[in-house]
Amino acid sequence: MTDTALPTTESSAPGVPLAAISVRSAGKIFTVAKGAEVQALTNIDLTVAPGEFVSLIGPSGCGKSTLLRLIADLDSATSGEILVFGKTARQARLDQEYGIAFQSAGLLPWRSVQANIELPLELHGVGKTERAARAEELIELVGLTDFRSRFPDQLSGGMQQRVAIARSLAERPKLLLMDEPFGALDEMTRERMQQELVRICSETGAAVVFVTHSIPEAVFLSDRVVVMSPRPGRIVDIVDVDLGPGTERSDSLREDGAFFAGVTAVREALHGAPVTPRGADLR
Amino acid sequence: MTITEARGGRRTGSAETGAGRRRGSAVLWGLLGVIVLALLWEGYKAIGPVAGVEFFGTSILPKTDDRSMPHLVDMLTRAVEPVNTSAGSPPVWIAVIGAALNSLGVAAVGWAIGSVVGFLIALLMQRLHVAERAVLPWLILSQTVPLIALAPVIVAWGGKIQIGTFSWDRWMSVAVIASYLAFFPVAVGALRGLQSPDTIHVELMRTYNAGWFRTLVKLRLPASVPFLLPALRLGAASAIVGTVVAEVSTGYKGGIGRMIIEFAQSGTSDPAKAYAPIAGAVVLGLVSAGIVALIGLTLKRFNRQEAAS
Ligand SMILES: Nc1ncnc2c1ncn2[C@@H]1O[C@H](COP(=O)(O)OP(=O)(O)OP(=O)(O)O)[C@@H](O)[C@H]1O
Ligand SMILES: [Mg+2]
Repeated sequence: MTDTALPTTESSAPGVPLAAISVRSAGKIFTVAKGAEVQALTNIDLTVAPGEFVSLIGPSGCGKSTLLRLIADLDSATSGEILVFGKTARQARLDQEYGIAFQSAGLLPWRSVQANIELPLELHGVGKTERAARAEELIELVGLTDFRSRFPDQLSGGMQQRVAIARSLAERPKLLLMDEPFGALDEMTRERMQQELVRICSETGAAVVFVTHSIPEAVFLSDRVVVMSPRPGRIVDIVDVDLGPGTERSDSLREDGAFFAGVTAVREALHGAPVTPRGADLR
Repeated sequence: MTITEARGGRRTGSAETGAGRRRGSAVLWGLLGVIVLALLWEGYKAIGPVAGVEFFGTSILPKTDDRSMPHLVDMLTRAVEPVNTSAGSPPVWIAVIGAALNSLGVAAVGWAIGSVVGFLIALLMQRLHVAERAVLPWLILSQTVPLIALAPVIVAWGGKIQIGTFSWDRWMSVAVIASYLAFFPVAVGALRGLQSPDTIHVELMRTYNAGWFRTLVKLRLPASVPFLLPALRLGAASAIVGTVVAEVSTGYKGGIGRMIIEFAQSGTSDPAKAYAPIAGAVVLGLVSAGIVALIGLTLKRFNRQEAAS
């Protein structure tokens, strides 16, 4: 509100759409106790096009969450530049350019499903009837019509996560940031949620940055998979996956050759060398 | 019980009925306690030595004669007899109720002031971490000042206040002392409550670009309710204790504290009389806790974990 930082507009040629995210040689150093430093990210370059689904994958501690938090302006980069729709990360946050979902749903326990979804709208002064209408749409979208007035403690983990996703979509953001949103779900729920997410995202046309530990998940969801490596956190490879439009991705795709090819490519990038195929071990 | 535990994906479909049953059993346990107490009293009186038990010159168990330990029946019958022999004197229990209501009024004022002040202090400490470090030790220190020492000071200071037609009354001193006791649990409980939201919730509010005030209204205040309600109950109990003690030490007339002293002074000739106002003070504590619980019912929505546990 008090922030006066002007949006730094990248001089883009007319007609060329502005990148949803543009990270230029960004680095993050955490200063821990007694002046010791942790180099969490170094020299990150990444561009995410509008409507593109990008996953971040890599071993624990490689800085996936940190990168997401830098984009969300929950932390600030110690070097480099991060632009979101051509604005600084901070300005993008102030302008509510993104929706976010974390590993734990983070619903407010005293609010019903509907009221939780309405929270961002309420905070930004959207009128009551309009809020209710939008919440209704989203509740339908995530398939919780019968649970509208339930409270979070009356929902299963998967349902809570769906509410969190609906909440992140409430303001129709053109960018979604998700940090292992399905991390705590069982495999079956997880696959169903992946399918729903991929459908929702292609319907809404939002760009997504999705942090995950699961190779099949990353491949199934993404247009591109960003493979990261730790100490110091950096991008080692970006794997293009082409599984067709999100609206047409179905369960059968998980047994498709293109899917397996993607999984193998990401595995090889993660391990840093071609892996000799042995059986059908996908994880 | 920690909040995160209680929140953890628990399904409380039958929370309402469960809470109702628990409330019922609480009343039963309370009644049982009263009965056990009565049995102990009469039982010891029946078998204990009349002169009490002494250990190296120190009395460790009370005498059991009718002056030191009147029969419960005598207490009850005394309670329905008039206060004294003068004509038109009301029965003791009526007088006790009158005095208890008087004290309740004073304590309520003290509790309200104390709660507001306590809450504001908590708010300040939450807003400014420096304040938390600077103020909290003083809060704790404030509670170590004995009430008896405080009373004359407040009465003396109050006596100097005279603004226009307003002049300081004795009962105000009592209320101030009650608030002095009540603010502490409220300040501590409210601070814990205001600081209770998880990081994820605080960061979520940050992504919504909600400032301190809106984060307070939408997140911290509702999250503080489960901490605030017990603190308010504790504050109410403290306010009652403070009122009873302060009535005695400030010399305020008309309240239950004063009545306990007055009736006890007639103890030698009329030992059963003093127990009615004591019982009155106990009931007063229960009533005040009940009133706060009623206030809590209106905030039930924000108190899902306490209601469920
Ligand atoms: N607030 C912080 N203070 C100090 N160091 C931090 C902080 N946050 C993260 N780090 C460090 O930065 C590195 C990257 O952490 P980050 O949480 O981004 O990893 P991650 O890839 O998300 O791991 P995971 O897959 O386990 O979630 C780690 O070495 C971690 O110790
Ligand atoms: Mg992480």
